[in-house]
Amino acid sequence: MSLPPGGFRLSLPGYLVCMAGICWREGLRFLNQRGRFLSALVRPLVWLFIFAAGFRSVLGVSIIPPYETYVLYEVYVTPGLVAMIQLFNGLQSSLSMVYDREVGAMRILLVSPYPRWFLLVSKLLAGILVSVLQVYTFLAVAWFWEVELPPVGYVAVLPALLLSGFMLGAMGLVMSSVFRQMENFASVMNFVIFPMFFASSALYPLWRVQESSLVLWWICTLNPFTYAVELIRFALYGQFEPFAALVVALCALVFLAAAILAYDPSAGMMARRGGPEDAR
Amino acid sequence: MKRQTLLSASLAALAGLAVADALPAQASPRAFVSNERDHTMSVVDMESLKVLQTVKTGRRPRGITASPDGKLIYVCASDDNRVEVYDAATLKLVKTLRSGPDPELFVLHPSGNPLYIANEDDNMVTVVNVENNDLIAEIPVGVEPEGMGISPDGKYMVNTSETTNMAHVVDTATNEIIENILVDSRPRIAEFSKDGKQLWVSSEVGGTVSVIDPATWKIVKKISFKIPGVNNDAIQPVGVRITKDGSKAFIALGPANRVAVVNTKTLEVEKYLLVGQRVWQLGFTPDEKFLVSTNGNSNDVSIIDVASEKVTKSVPVGRAPWGVVIVP
Repeated sequence: MSLPPGGFRLSLPGYLVCMAGICWREGLRFLNQRGRFLSALVRPLVWLFIFAAGFRSVLGVSIIPPYETYVLYEVYVTPGLVAMIQLFNGLQSSLSMVYDREVGAMRILLVSPYPRWFLLVSKLLAGILVSVLQVYTFLAVAWFWEVELPPVGYVAVLPALLLSGFMLGAMGLVMSSVFRQMENFASVMNFVIFPMFFASSALYPLWRVQESSLVLWWICTLNPFTYAVELIRFALYGQFEPFAALVVALCALVFLAAAILAYDPSAGMMARRGGPEDAR
Repeated sequence: MKRQTLLSASLAALAGLAVADALPAQASPRAFVSNERDHTMSVVDMESLKVLQTVKTGRRPRGITASPDGKLIYVCASDDNRVEVYDAATLKLVKTLRSGPDPELFVLHPSGNPLYIANEDDNMVTVVNVENNDLIAEIPVGVEPEGMGISPDGKYMVNTSETTNMAHVVDTATNEIIENILVDSRPRIAEFSKDGKQLWVSSEVGGTVSVIDPATWKIVKKISFKIPGVNNDAIQPVGVRITKDGSKAFIALGPANRVAVVNTKTLEVEKYLLVGQRVWQLGFTPDEKFLVSTNGNSNDVSIIDVASEKVTKSVPVGRAPWGVVIVP
């Protein structure tokens, strides 16, 4: 390992301190932004309390794994809403990087001697931890709404959340390298969040989709978000869905590679804008 | 011919004994479910929650019950106008009993004999000696008799007539009606609490359950139901089961796809449990840990954990499951 200009060695503890620092900052930012915390919680709860309540008797026609009996619609959409929290959070925390870039905080981070991929992964991890916090808060509120999961599910869902959060966060990083300004969040909503959320198994089981439109079913089947939802759904019932886990893990690695590439000053998009060359 | 039947029956019984011996000493309870449209009876193992076997029965099997020792299963074969008796261990037809036309539901005297059978098309309750198949009495009741309940001491038998909208109380000593109680429209099921101090009658179209005091034969309270997101017309109470300790009653609500849990002290509904479609009848396991509901339109039975009041699993059976009885 080469010695940076300061002369100190990048040791493992140093890496950890750096990662913890980034996570801490992200956590602090999240907690201080009460609006964000509230909206992260209110968004899925609106779906649960209002949307799902209207449709509560829609399902109950067929039993699909991991369910062993009939479930109310509230129970069915809960894993989808959990994944939605992570989708929003993944994109939001990555878009906060756009904000960081605008206000210059990014520069401070990037002058750190640690490799850029490591900074990105730390940032990603910070985002995932924040989303896990949001998810458990949501599940706690949902419990009072009689969405009671088996106790083992609350534990088993943690690794699933880490994996799906990893995929959605990495996807957000790729997005944030594409979008330059905060104002673009609206277009992210339109072109990324909504299509991904609706064209998945979050709101309706895929056999239902297949009955009404085969094309839509194909879109849902190719949508990685579907697999994040299913991974979480099975985990919430203490079960492991290997295929969904594989798809989510592969997508996560592909997105991460793309993000590292996009943020690499010598090869990616960062070089082309916002860098010192632009300022000249 | 008769001798041959006897011979084969006894051979079957012997074979059954052999099978029973081969089975582990403490086998798990089994649920017998009558499948109205398949003309079969599904046998569900209550431990593994899997269908062990499907047995061909007479046409349109509906009412189903067991002898007090759990060794014999009685089935109303409605379109064959007879009651069929099966050996619970071998699943072989042991004998058939006379029933009068179109038997729908019946109740066995707590002593195991006689059998009181409601004849839906004939406005009669037929009383049959299960030992020798003798006709003991035919009791004229209201139009379209269905629900059959018997008090734990066996003194009173109650029949409900769907069109007359009455519960008819019969003194089992004389086989005469001693009281008629007007309830809400289309009464389906009559069920006594185990202490004999309450009689519950469900009214399918009326959407209520009348709780009657057998001391006076007067209605104490009519329980009504309300489920958010479910149309009131879909709430059609049918099957009623009360726990042995008398603390909880479970009521199947037909096309509402719910089983209501009622506190028997306050007579208030405490919870609605989502089960399959058009839930019809209910049955407890002997230890009352589980309750099984037959779901006629989704062709399955739902298993309810009685203590936690949660539906744990739904198991596919034959088409249009109607009744259920569980033996040790």
